[in-house]
Amino acid sequence: MTTTTRNLKPPSMVDTRPLRHRLGPGKRIPFNVLIGPALLLIVWSVASAFGWIDPYTLVAPWKVVTTGWELIESGRLQSALAVSAARALTSLAIGVLVGTVLALIAGMSRIGEGVVDGIIQVKRSIPTMALIPLFIVWFGIGESMKAITISAAVLVPVYLNTYAGLRGIDSRHLELAETLGISRREFAWRVLLPGAMPGVFVGLRYAVTIALVGLVVVEQINVTNGIGFMMANASMLGQTDVIIVGLVVYAMIGLLADGVVRTLERRVLRWRKTVG
Amino acid sequence: MTKTSMEQIAQPAIAQPAVKVLGLSRRFGDTEILKGLDLTIQRDEFVALLGRSGSGKSTLLRALAGLDWDVKGHGEVVVPDSVSVVFQDSRLLPWMNVMNNVTFGLNGRALGRSRSANRSAAELALEEVELGHRKNAWPRELSGGEQQRVALARSLAREPQLLLADEPFGALDALTRIKMQNLLKRLCERHQPAVLFVTHDVDEAISLADRVIVLDHGVILSEHVVEPNERTPGTPGFSTLRRSLLADLGVE
Repeated sequence: MTTTTRNLKPPSMVDTRPLRHRLGPGKRIPFNVLIGPALLLIVWSVASAFGWIDPYTLVAPWKVVTTGWELIESGRLQSALAVSAARALTSLAIGVLVGTVLALIAGMSRIGEGVVDGIIQVKRSIPTMALIPLFIVWFGIGESMKAITISAAVLVPVYLNTYAGLRGIDSRHLELAETLGISRREFAWRVLLPGAMPGVFVGLRYAVTIALVGLVVVEQINVTNGIGFMMANASMLGQTDVIIVGLVVYAMIGLLADGVVRTLERRVLRWRKTVG
Repeated sequence: MTKTSMEQIAQPAIAQPAVKVLGLSRRFGDTEILKGLDLTIQRDEFVALLGRSGSGKSTLLRALAGLDWDVKGHGEVVVPDSVSVVFQDSRLLPWMNVMNNVTFGLNGRALGRSRSANRSAAELALEEVELGHRKNAWPRELSGGEQQRVALARSLAREPQLLLADEPFGALDALTRIKMQNLLKRLCERHQPAVLFVTHDVDEAISLADRVIVLDHGVILSEHVVEPNERTPGTPGFSTLRRSLLADLGVE
């Protein structure tokens, strides 16, 4: 019985309880997302240095860096990047625009909902990349087919999330606007759209990812330029270093685009307070 | 009712009531919520509406606010052109700062003033609720009482002829509540709208209202004009009125 009392610490006047949530994930570590990738890079370097990886399977990281530098010096990488980025960005812009307009039509009127929503739901159940054979027959194998394919894939998440945002409007805000005698236009601009913005940004983040997937797929079809062409060539010649440079470039495009969307989101949604 | 010009207000001789309700019935499914209710509210009269849960208080208020388009029923309702509603929650739009939330209430069709006139009206209203210094804040940065004060400013900046309040202080703590009641009293003395104030707090009803109405099962059970000697808590007049109102509400 006495052992329990002996183990107790003497009462202290200083409050030593932690100043953060006991059940939270803990204190923030700056750049903690880089820990995993850095470990992976270390493993790859060590394995390459000791010759555990056959260079024909995967070249060493430093070889990727020098190849990347050579590609930049010769100007091949820049021109390929410019072509690919232009493809992705135009298609993304078209897809976002079309998706948003369709969501507005469906979200703001019942007739619009009846016309648009059903079609999109059907479209949604078909993977866009499965439409490529049909698109090739319709639009050929040129740039327009590529843009249409990526746009068609992009508009789905943009539409779905914007539409959900518009329809998810708080009915209490609707009531308030009605008692204030707000016009339809004013209501759309100042209540409906701002209220849908969180959904719009979720859609945009998906859109960026999907545009990149679409880019990779369409760049396998009849291209003579762009990152995809550079990688396909390298694949035939067994140049894994060039392929990896291409992958790194794709990753950088993805990260950059996501970063742009996130920054935009933080600015537009600065009224929101979220745990994070 | 047509829009009242300033001249008409200056002549109390032809005082039309602000609100006229005749034979108002409302039903949800098979349940009759309001059963042929009659009610008149004079201009600048403060009417408190008491009643148990389910007595039809909110249904009546929503009928006057024009928010019951999907409810079955009949009867005649005459209300002024400019009506403001204060809800139990502030209903501030979270993506607008305090200032814009107040000017948002001034964009309605009935008003149609210039932008700068709206801004100065909103600034004035925020000063009145003592929140002039928070006009650039986001709603989430305010306390519950402050949010409700902004909602009050939004309502009063519209200079309504009728103010409908649906338990506006019901979600506030006791101290904030008393402060808000005093604030509302001052504001109503200054702006003089007709007020229908729904509450289930008997003390609140007595301290604010000119007339207290008790609603029970969709009809008006009793009406009490509050005399000056009944208004102060602790006095015999107050206690008698309080007891009689509580009895009407079924609390002995």
